[in-house]
Amino acid sequence: MDNSETQINREDPKTKSNTPVFAPKGRFKKFFSSHNIGDLIFERLTLLFAVLVFLLVILMGYEMYVGSKISINKFGWSFLTNSVWDPVQEIYGALPIIYGTIVSSFLALVISVPLSIGIAVFLSELSPGWLEKPLSFLVELLAGIPSVVYGLWGIFVLVPWIRNDVEPFLSEHLGFLPFFTGAPYGFGMLAAVLILAIMVLPIVSSISRDILKSVPQSQREAALALGATRWQSTKIVLKDAKSGILGATMLGLGRAVGETMAVTMVIGNRAVISPSLFDPSYTMASVIANEFTEATSEMYLSSLIQLALVLFVLTIIINALAKLLVWSMERKLRPR
Amino acid sequence: MKFQKIISALFLTVTLSMLTHAQLQLNGAGATFPAVIYSKWFDQYKNATGVQFNYQAIGSGGGIRQIAEGTVDFGATDGPMTDKQLAEAKSKQGTDILHIPTVMGAVVVCYNVPGVGKGLNLSGEVLADIFLGKIIYWNDAKIKKDNPKLNLPNKAIVVTHRSDGSGTSFIFTDYLTKVSKNWESKVGKGTSVNWPVGLGGKGNDGVAGLVKQTSGSIGYVELAYAVQNKIQYANMKNKAGNFVEATFQSVSFAAEGAAKSMPADLRVSITDAAGKDSYPISGFTWLLIYKNMKDEAKAKALVNFLKWSMVKGQSFATELYYAPLPKAVVKLCEKNINSITANGKKIK
Repeated sequence: MDNSETQINREDPKTKSNTPVFAPKGRFKKFFSSHNIGDLIFERLTLLFAVLVFLLVILMGYEMYVGSKISINKFGWSFLTNSVWDPVQEIYGALPIIYGTIVSSFLALVISVPLSIGIAVFLSELSPGWLEKPLSFLVELLAGIPSVVYGLWGIFVLVPWIRNDVEPFLSEHLGFLPFFTGAPYGFGMLAAVLILAIMVLPIVSSISRDILKSVPQSQREAALALGATRWQSTKIVLKDAKSGILGATMLGLGRAVGETMAVTMVIGNRAVISPSLFDPSYTMASVIANEFTEATSEMYLSSLIQLALVLFVLTIIINALAKLLVWSMERKLRPR
Repeated sequence: MKFQKIISALFLTVTLSMLTHAQLQLNGAGATFPAVIYSKWFDQYKNATGVQFNYQAIGSGGGIRQIAEGTVDFGATDGPMTDKQLAEAKSKQGTDILHIPTVMGAVVVCYNVPGVGKGLNLSGEVLADIFLGKIIYWNDAKIKKDNPKLNLPNKAIVVTHRSDGSGTSFIFTDYLTKVSKNWESKVGKGTSVNWPVGLGGKGNDGVAGLVKQTSGSIGYVELAYAVQNKIQYANMKNKAGNFVEATFQSVSFAAEGAAKSMPADLRVSITDAAGKDSYPISGFTWLLIYKNMKDEAKAKALVNFLKWSMVKGQSFATELYYAPLPKAVVKLCEKNINSITANGKKIK
């Protein structure tokens, strides 16, 4: 009985389209049967929240643009290409700072992504059950450590190690490369890269593990049934999870670009472009955190806000690129 | 039961809000360097008079901005406001802003040189050359000249400085600007400058950490920080040609030397001060006060507090590692405090 009734209902609007007098009544009825008033409020409310996020981003961008107007008017694009940051002469060029941000984050990814994928593959594919839980827990624990603690650890453990062991070793054996020249201070780009790599590791590896786990078990079984080795089946799983892992990497990059405290504690804080990883460098987030409180002149403040705007735009570009990459990969992977 | 609870909670909030309303509260913001002694003062003063102060240590830059915008009752800074900033603030607030020195601090040059303990002597020119990257080895003839007895090693000098904007950097670069023409033309003075060489550490502890860890390094921190952490620091050559250790006494001497020729607005740098016992790298920290205030009760409270800080307040200075103001400077301050008005009328 029920079944037939719904069928009639579904056909109702079609038949009544010829007789418009009844149409509103039908629509009205349908509205109330399918839309609970609570549902409607819920829908609109969530829509409002979604729009709020969007507005917030636009508002932030706008506020930063207004705040940095003085500096934008004075320096224009040379803000991005000039490499002198001199608060006394009021000359602000952010090139070395942008360079430091991009290079430190990129190198950190180069180190941490292969490691993270290895960790994720082990946890999802190979590790026995009793080991997986505690290991995953430990990896996730790394993500929860405050960055200032990483910074302190960096100053007291990582930097002395780099100064006394890593840098002398590198300059002795690879000193002919421009990347490993100069005095071994310990503090510098290398320390920042390593600490960022450690901080990015848990994010990329725990998301990658979740993504690998979400690949259907049947894929693995099918591969193994066809006579594939463990390695070959893992390769198939990795291929399926490729776009997800890329997304995880981009999240990691986002974290590395925005990291402030731990980096500023070990990077040496000098706005210079140098090929050597031993030399100090600077990142945008660190400059803002370091100099904002004592920025007295309007031009200085405005330049710092412009730096924040550059960082903001850079983050948006990174995210857009990530979306684009994931999207193009998904299109390639989709069976035709 | 529940009803009773709600009623009592309501009653409590109402009485509390009435209490806070009745109690006068003054809001201030600014420098971090004097924050320790300010919070001691505000605490002591509240116990004595009931007037409450709310001070946020957001940095000198923030202090200057907020007093110019009129969002606080008083500001605080380690570097005096420039003429341009004062003019801007006056056009916004319709009144002059007074600089009242409260205490003094010194900046010491700390070092970590193997084989060299206490007692390194440095002159201003040599210090400037080190921070310009011109002197790069510890056994340079120029350093040796002032330290005939020390066995200085053939080791590269690692320069360290503050990476965050700070009053400490301002005093230090102000000193270098005075003693070295080269520094003046190439770098200049400011809370942050474009350092020619070296590593940057965040905060006093950041620089101290760099110096402690890096063999052959040199840096600068506040005197209080060096004393508390037992870091070696150099004796500096003053204007009279003597090498002077930084102590509260030698800092006060520097202020006394400067007091004779102080401008009426008390915006003065006391680096490289005259006097045979003056320590050359020291400076005031100031409170920024509106010369004419609109709220009479607040004006009166603030004036009373400032007077208290000049007399009773100074006695807390040395225990918190600040140098107290010398008598001559206190007199000048009191003169300025007495010129504060409320709606154009003198405060009794």
